Amino acid sequence: MRKMLLGKLGIFLLLKGLRMLTLLIAICFISFLLVKNSPIDPIQAYIGADMLKVGPEQREKIAEYWGLDQPVMVQFLNWGSALLAGDLGTSMIFRRPVAEIIGERFVNSLILMVTAWVLSGVIGFVMGVVSAMKKDSWIDRLIKWYCYTLASTPTFWLGLLMLIVFAVWLGWFPIGLGVPAGVLAADVTIADRIEHLILPAITLSIIGVANVALHTRQKLIDVLASDYVLFARARGERGFILFWRHGLRNVALPAITLQFAAFGELFGGAVLAEQIFSYPGLGQATVEAGLRGDVPLLLGLVIFSTFFVFAGNLIADLIYYVVDPRTRESRMI
Amino acid sequence: MPILEVENLSISFNQYTAGLKRKNIQVISSLHVTLEAGEILAVVGASGSGKSLLAHAILGILPDNALVSGTIKYNGELLTPSTQASLRGKEIALIPQSTNYLDPLMRVGNQVRTSVQTGDATLAQRAVFKRLHLQQTVEKMYPFQLSGGMARRALLSTAIVSDAKVIIADEPTPGLDPVVMKEALNNFREFADNGCAVMLITHDIESALMIADKIAVFYAGTTVELAPVEDFTGNGEALRHPYSKALWRALPQNDFTPIPGSQPHPSDLPTGCLFAPRCTMATSACSEEQPDMRNIRNGMVRCMHAT
Repeated sequence: MRKMLLGKLGIFLLLKGLRMLTLLIAICFISFLLVKNSPIDPIQAYIGADMLKVGPEQREKIAEYWGLDQPVMVQFLNWGSALLAGDLGTSMIFRRPVAEIIGERFVNSLILMVTAWVLSGVIGFVMGVVSAMKKDSWIDRLIKWYCYTLASTPTFWLGLLMLIVFAVWLGWFPIGLGVPAGVLAADVTIADRIEHLILPAITLSIIGVANVALHTRQKLIDVLASDYVLFARARGERGFILFWRHGLRNVALPAITLQFAAFGELFGGAVLAEQIFSYPGLGQATVEAGLRGDVPLLLGLVIFSTFFVFAGNLIADLIYYVVDPRTRESRMI
Repeated sequence: MPILEVENLSISFNQYTAGLKRKNIQVISSLHVTLEAGEILAVVGASGSGKSLLAHAILGILPDNALVSGTIKYNGELLTPSTQASLRGKEIALIPQSTNYLDPLMRVGNQVRTSVQTGDATLAQRAVFKRLHLQQTVEKMYPFQLSGGMARRALLSTAIVSDAKVIIADEPTPGLDPVVMKEALNNFREFADNGCAVMLITHDIESALMIADKIAVFYAGTTVELAPVEDFTGNGEALRHPYSKALWRALPQNDFTPIPGSQPHPSDLPTGCLFAPRCTMATSACSEEQPDMRNIRNGMVRCMHAT
């Protein structure tokens, strides 16, 4: 039976992989076309201020050398085949391979996003549970008010507010960047990094809390109104035991899945939060690449973020598939 | 002394109607039921007559917006919300209607074990599964994997392992095939013969007649008659209330003749006798005041013309 389950899981993953592949191809194609039709002139972006020294013949030579004179489809295929070979190109701003920059920035962002993700997940879940268990009490009202306010708060605005209060007025945290300024890279301690991480991570998680909390609250209220909770109460269960036996298991799974499916919002939030706090992560790199016309880096980031968000959704699906007995055991029959 | 005594029970719900207007809807009014140890009382009536609410009121698990008045006594003691909370699942057990009442994400065996009050829960659960002819593999199953009959037996076993003295079964028979149904009914008879009191809530009069000792007939949220099971015979001459008679005659094996009209909605109850608008015996006095329950011929009836 186990072998059969693994076989089915294999097929499931294979289908998901196929979907991922088609999605990536489509994303690559559309982004390529968009960039191609944007006002960014690759030659100008590459040469920059020295443009005045380059004559029209030289321009044509460069265009020919890069294959810019060929039809769009051929250009796309050239780029695509380089991509398949693992070559994402060279960033024009950083003058380094795109893959290297994404890798380096991702590590920074990952720490930020994981911290924010775990914090918002745990705090949001607990808030949702408390709110639902004490429905219509003052604490429920307070949590609901807090969530609705946050859900309608833009990340950048909250980030600025945090910066003003905690970094400028109170001076508890550094104003920006990922490491202290003017310190040699070798001398940067982990404590320094953590200090710089706290404000952006809190900003990012405060926004994420609302989603999980409100969802968990509603789901738990539904569960508490269900027939099986009524029957559990008829059998003498109440309070925490009731929640532990019947509430938690029926609410945890949707909450975890929701949290994984929120990878996209997390990434979007990180872009803004990193920009506000000048935190050297993927989000900041995305803004830079967009503003300064760094096409290879921008395309690399688009592909990477697609991959990232897809992975979140895949994990969410997988958890339901493997953990929920209703889908797990019905496949065994 | 009756083990359970419900007197003058009324339940109403506060509801918001148009805008912020609140309306009080009376769903059960001046209801009387008594239950003796060792006997089965069948509560019969059309759907919407307040049968399930009675069960929930006895256990104290009505929703928050319900207003309850009247008294419920257990072993002669008045039940309060706190005594109800301590009796639930220990002295008074509920057997609910369907699989929906089982936690969808919890193995059936574990759910039955949570009802065990004393001793080894696993042993008790296995013993009761054996007694109800449920295979041991069922304990590892989730509710969605059970057939209708298996689910009923699993629900039944939660009541058996709890060792409760009063068992309230809410519609335990619909959807069961005749063999399983007979088995379930025999289980209730067995409970009663062992000294438990069983309240069987059902709209299936036929199966109720097979095992019950007494029948309480519900109409529009109140009891219109409480009769020994023997009275349900012939053309219903022995019955006291015109609604009970009509109900009896409407059965396929009897006349199969329905009476015109339908049960009034709780928000639109007639003044006086609730059955008067459909009653052939009704006089002008009937619509003035709701008659009280009276003792007649070893039973009780809520009708001023009954003899």
